Amino acid sequence: MEQVLCQTKGLYRDFPRKGGPASTATHYCPGCGHGVIHKLIGEALADLGLQDRAVIISPVGCAVFAYYYFDTGHVQCAHGRAPAVSTGISRAQDDAVVISYQGDGDLASIGMAETLHAANRGEKIAVFFVNNTVYGMTGGQMAPTTLIGERTSTSPHGRDPQECGYPVHMCELINTLHAPVFVERVSVSDIAHIRVARKAIRKALEIQRDKKGYSFVEILSPCPTNLKMSATENAAFVNEQMEKEFPLGNFRDRSEDATPIARAQSVYAKEELDRIFDLRAENTAVPSVDGVAGGNAVRLKIAGFGGQGVLSFGLIVARAGVAAGRHVSWYPSYGPEQRGGTSNCAVILADRRIGSPVIEQIDVLVAFNRPSLERFIGDVREGGLVLVDESVGAFEAPAHVRMVFAPAQRMAREAGSPKALNTAMLGVLAACGDLGLSDAALDGGLLESFGARPKLLDVNRTILTLGKEWGTRHLA
Amino acid sequence: MTENKTTLFYPVINPLECKACGRCIAACPKKVLRMGEELNARGYTFALYAGEGCCGCCNCFYTCPEPAAIEVRKRTED
Repeated sequence: MEQVLCQTKGLYRDFPRKGGPASTATHYCPGCGHGVIHKLIGEALADLGLQDRAVIISPVGCAVFAYYYFDTGHVQCAHGRAPAVSTGISRAQDDAVVISYQGDGDLASIGMAETLHAANRGEKIAVFFVNNTVYGMTGGQMAPTTLIGERTSTSPHGRDPQECGYPVHMCELINTLHAPVFVERVSVSDIAHIRVARKAIRKALEIQRDKKGYSFVEILSPCPTNLKMSATENAAFVNEQMEKEFPLGNFRDRSEDATPIARAQSVYAKEELDRIFDLRAENTAVPSVDGVAGGNAVRLKIAGFGGQGVLSFGLIVARAGVAAGRHVSWYPSYGPEQRGGTSNCAVILADRRIGSPVIEQIDVLVAFNRPSLERFIGDVREGGLVLVDESVGAFEAPAHVRMVFAPAQRMAREAGSPKALNTAMLGVLAACGDLGLSDAALDGGLLESFGARPKLLDVNRTILTLGKEWGTRHLA
Repeated sequence: MTENKTTLFYPVINPLECKACGRCIAACPKKVLRMGEELNARGYTFALYAGEGCCGCCNCFYTCPEPAAIEVRKRTED
């Protein structure tokens, strides 16, 4: 009777995603630790029956192609962002066993902040941190974990702590945090160490199986190619030099006491999303009418101080355009201040699809103050409309534009609602006729913006009418 | 009866998948693996089994970075 004692599990037998003439071999160099670690993780996932629940996050680094090999779910993500992506998947898919597989450059350099915050939140993920003291994929540059005095392609005379600081100890850092459940540093330098690493990897995955929280396993690993060593020399380097800097051992195991993390079930049904975003079915999927080639477009720029209602003016116009079945874009630009900074937005109402929301030539400029007027008037096309509040004072309009000074602030104040000066201005603009929008469409815009607040809706309807009447009287 | 059975352990090396790193040779407690001189189709030399002496510890399997290069089997004969 013949029996297989040990063979690779949890990995594919052939790697068609890798392809090429050697599609059954990994892309890893001879003696690389990644293959050893892949086999340990694959075996644990298979033995624990977790392959169908597992989502492995491939990092940037040599292991970027982990998705060639593991017979599990995968997401490949940007450099250092694995903790964020893992967090999203872990929270959205409660049953997922999320594995963040990262190297030292990825995890401890560009990804340091996200790593620590994910650990601090106690995210339900297993992190396998492969520490080989160099950036492997890019050619052996110095990494956060490069040893003092270690030569790399960017520390050719050895890492000098005066210049480059000291090796970063990830297990020790993470062990300062409250939330992590399991923290251990192991090594895959040689078989004795691999046996210990195998147990730690299993433990980290059992914690995920049981949804108990964050587990972090740092794995000291050889990189014979970039360290320019044979496999045995590299094993000695890991055992004798790396271990001195990065002592092995379990830093924390609270798996016995930890209770499973319970989170509300995520719901992705369309009805639920519509409810969250307040999308009413009767408002959606109104087909816009595509006009003929050369169809009309109105390009508005609205500008003023933050707090003058610049952006909401643009929104009302855009929503009125939607109510009229036109293609619209609304593109805001504002400073970091909630109040007092400058702000502007560009609105396009078009008969056709809009290629870009950025406006170069302005058809209608609405300026609530003088600096905004001076900044944008040069971009108004010939025959364009410039609508400003009378408070900007005397201003000599260029001959090629139509200029209207409207008492928007005064009207709004006299109507008892000074903040509605933007709506007063919109009324004047409506009277000018440049928008090509019906009264019904404009009211649709107001309804969309203020519908949830009936009092405000009434006030703004009144002020819009006042502005329109003023415009009709003075511009006839 | 068990006393009449002989148990044989042995590694199965896939010469094509070996990359000649030598980790299995270093890990073998019985020293029954060695590096050959012949090249495989991918241009690597590959590990060879002496043909007897394997104790079935699986060290070679666990230390080998290649998923398909080596496994360990057991044969029980009456």
